[in-house]
Amino acid sequence: MISRFLLSNMDRRGYVFLALVAAIGLLVPLANLLVPAGSPFHVSTATMSLWGKYLCYALLALSLDLVWGYCGILSLGHGAFFALGGYAMGMYLMRQIGSRGVYGNPVLPDFMVFLNWQELPWYWWGFSSFPFAMLMVLAVPGLLAFVFGWFAFRSRVTGVYLSIITQALTYALLLAFFRNDMGFGGNNGLTDFKDILGFSVQAQTTRAALFAMTCVMLASGFLIARGIVSSKLGKVVIAIRDAESRTRFLGYRVDRFKLFVFTVSACMAGVAGALYVPQVGIINPGEFAPANSIETVIWVAVGGRGTLVGAALGAVVVNWAKTMFTSGFMAPYWLFALGVLFVFVTLFMPKGILGTAQGWWEKRRKPAALPAAEPAPAE
Amino acid sequence: MSLAIRLIRMLAVIVALLAAPAVAFAQTAEEAFARFNADSFSDTARAVDILVQSAHPNAGVIIEALADGRLLAGGGAVGAKTKDGGFLDARTGQALSAEPGGVSAVRLNNNVRRAIQAALGSLGLINPDPAKRVAAAEAVFRARDVSALPVLEAAIANESNDRARRALREAQAAILIVKTDAPPFDRIAAVDVLRERGDQDALATLRALPGDASPALKEVQARAISEIEGKLALWQAGQNLWYGLSLGSVLLLAAIGLAITFGVMGVINMAHGEMVMLGAYTTFVVQELIRTNAPYLFDWSLAFALPAAFIVAGAVGIAIERGVIRFLYGRPLETLLATWGISLILQQAVRTAFGPTNREVGAPSFMSGAFELGGLAITWNRLWIIVFAALVFVALLAILKLTPMGLQMRAVTQNRRMAAAMGIRTGRIDALTFGLGSGVAGLAGVALSQIDNVSPNLGQSYIIDSFMVVVFGGVGNLWGTLISAMTLGVANKLLEPYAGAVLGKIALLVFIILFIQKRPRGLFALKGRAVEA
Repeated sequence: MISRFLLSNMDRRGYVFLALVAAIGLLVPLANLLVPAGSPFHVSTATMSLWGKYLCYALLALSLDLVWGYCGILSLGHGAFFALGGYAMGMYLMRQIGSRGVYGNPVLPDFMVFLNWQELPWYWWGFSSFPFAMLMVLAVPGLLAFVFGWFAFRSRVTGVYLSIITQALTYALLLAFFRNDMGFGGNNGLTDFKDILGFSVQAQTTRAALFAMTCVMLASGFLIARGIVSSKLGKVVIAIRDAESRTRFLGYRVDRFKLFVFTVSACMAGVAGALYVPQVGIINPGEFAPANSIETVIWVAVGGRGTLVGAALGAVVVNWAKTMFTSGFMAPYWLFALGVLFVFVTLFMPKGILGTAQGWWEKRRKPAALPAAEPAPAE
Repeated sequence: MSLAIRLIRMLAVIVALLAAPAVAFAQTAEEAFARFNADSFSDTARAVDILVQSAHPNAGVIIEALADGRLLAGGGAVGAKTKDGGFLDARTGQALSAEPGGVSAVRLNNNVRRAIQAALGSLGLINPDPAKRVAAAEAVFRARDVSALPVLEAAIANESNDRARRALREAQAAILIVKTDAPPFDRIAAVDVLRERGDQDALATLRALPGDASPALKEVQARAISEIEGKLALWQAGQNLWYGLSLGSVLLLAAIGLAITFGVMGVINMAHGEMVMLGAYTTFVVQELIRTNAPYLFDWSLAFALPAAFIVAGAVGIAIERGVIRFLYGRPLETLLATWGISLILQQAVRTAFGPTNREVGAPSFMSGAFELGGLAITWNRLWIIVFAALVFVALLAILKLTPMGLQMRAVTQNRRMAAAMGIRTGRIDALTFGLGSGVAGLAGVALSQIDNVSPNLGQSYIIDSFMVVVFGGVGNLWGTLISAMTLGVANKLLEPYAGAVLGKIALLVFIILFIQKRPRGLFALKGRAVEA
């Protein structure tokens, strides 16, 4: 039943994507651990961590594509869910440091000792337990999205207004997390992690395991998203994207469908953040910056909105390009490139890489057939 | 000097002080000169006090010389070296041809310096310039030096200038508050004088009332303190309101262009903040040009910068509209992304051209400084920005209501297709509207260059606030934008003292998020079918 939910309607693109993710998840850690350093097939730990980061972004982009590409909700605050998941993971990792911190306090993280706090605030309770922390990774972004969506969708805030208030949401969180009094490390955030589940975060094997885990989560996220959009519920969601009022008049509770998709998407973003933090080694309020969330939107747009695979692809491609750009002499021009990318994609490639490639492919395959007039999704 | 002689001398001083001033003066001044000759720090300090109280005509010159180490004494003679190297007799003030024999410079220590400070304050009380007298009275007011009382009283008796007299009376009151042996009635009257003054300093002075004061005095003091505190709290609220209006006018300037473009075209222009930034950089360039070519025009630099910024930002705005946004009508979310991309490009372009650091934009003389209005401290630049925001607002209102272009713009806002059917060239109106909105943003940049750092990130820091203003105020209504900007500005500043700057801002963001739930189209929404599309 569940497998039918996940695998029914899976198209060839989906299978290719899953196979690719599985192959990467298996081969890259092996190439890192088993292939000796001198070999051309060896993947360095740094490279693996870097690609692990890209794959976390891919999961984030996937979650955004679920709401934007299929439900027409342009969230400019998805970075907030990502960062909240990251903070939940970061809090677990901080508690694992124990007495190995600079101040050697067995309970309080260093920054709390530094601020002269006497005891752990209540919202840090339980984070020494991994299952609890993982629950929070899902629950905190999910709950925030649920409450936010509950209000916003019920009062039918749509379009740019919704985008603006999601941006306000992440901006408010950015300001809040910058405060030292919040108890999340203020400006510096959480860092200097030691262990995860008893394994050193720095160890090569842990890194490889985290990488493999990221691939597993990306594949699961894809399967869930795919399952949702190809289910009957997904059809309604797509209908909402294309004609919200009409769907409402047909008798569907539009706000509930939206709320469901939005919450699931936020949980996925939270998982992406949780995987991101141990691989990058730090989480700070900068992740809440509205600019980050908007950048996520462009990954989806570049890859192809409403394709899921495209979103993941876009995240990897754009971030890979960013690394290439910013590490060389071209560094000052990265913002130019990113800006041009925004404009170019919206103007000339509204369907993204994947959509454009597909259209081109279809045209080549049956050049005689007239292209079916497909109505553009309304905003 | 034996003790007996000293005592006699002291007695002489007291007698002299009690005697008629005209007689007292020569004698007491003599006493001071004698003490200057004693070559002991305590005598010198005492001599300074005596000299002041004697009201010797040369007292000012002598004490100034002493302060600079130019006072010479020895063998009964007291002379002063003038600043240009000559010498004069301290007693008579006559110039001497050469340095008197057997003299040496009078030495100073901190005690003497303190006496000199107090003396200079007291001497100022009889300065011919009323402003100087007021300043001296202020100094005495703060010092509350009981020894200055006789001079002060003499000065009050001779004072003819009302303002100076009030300052002197306040200084006298301040001294009476701490002078426990003064007549009780005078001290109660002093409390009254301070209550009338009613500022932070008066409050501090009243609180300095010694604990052993009589119950009646204490009661009067407590009443005066609570009255002053109430008044100060009111002024503080007024000050916060002023800050709020100032912030509101900044928000209005930043957001009003956005309101126009969003209202007419439904386009969220993420590059709006960069238009503000371009305006600020235009100001910088104009000022640089004026500095190098015509420095005498510097005070007029903003007058040149305004049209330049309007044209630069407006032209860039029209270019963006024609080049990009035109192709994205009906897809507001895509427009949002494309304009975000443009904002990145503009930021980076400015960073490449002008460097990533802050640029210095000078303030013309009429915009620098501050003045006090009652208990409010008002800086000129903030005042001018409020005035400027009001002017821009009125001008835009006039354009929208009175010109043909405004009429067409409003028509397009309300029903684009119907407007097109009536023969309005909507494309041209779009371009002009965008140019106008961007140009106004450029004007905002000129104003903001006066109060904010001119850096490539200038626009980024305003864009979210501007959105909040527009979304809160509602689309297509300038009055909504005005009310929204002022409300947010004032609310922000009134929250700040209680919640802190950051929490206050967060509270406002949360408020707006909740507000949008209640009124998804803002405070003043356009009614009718058109907006549903």
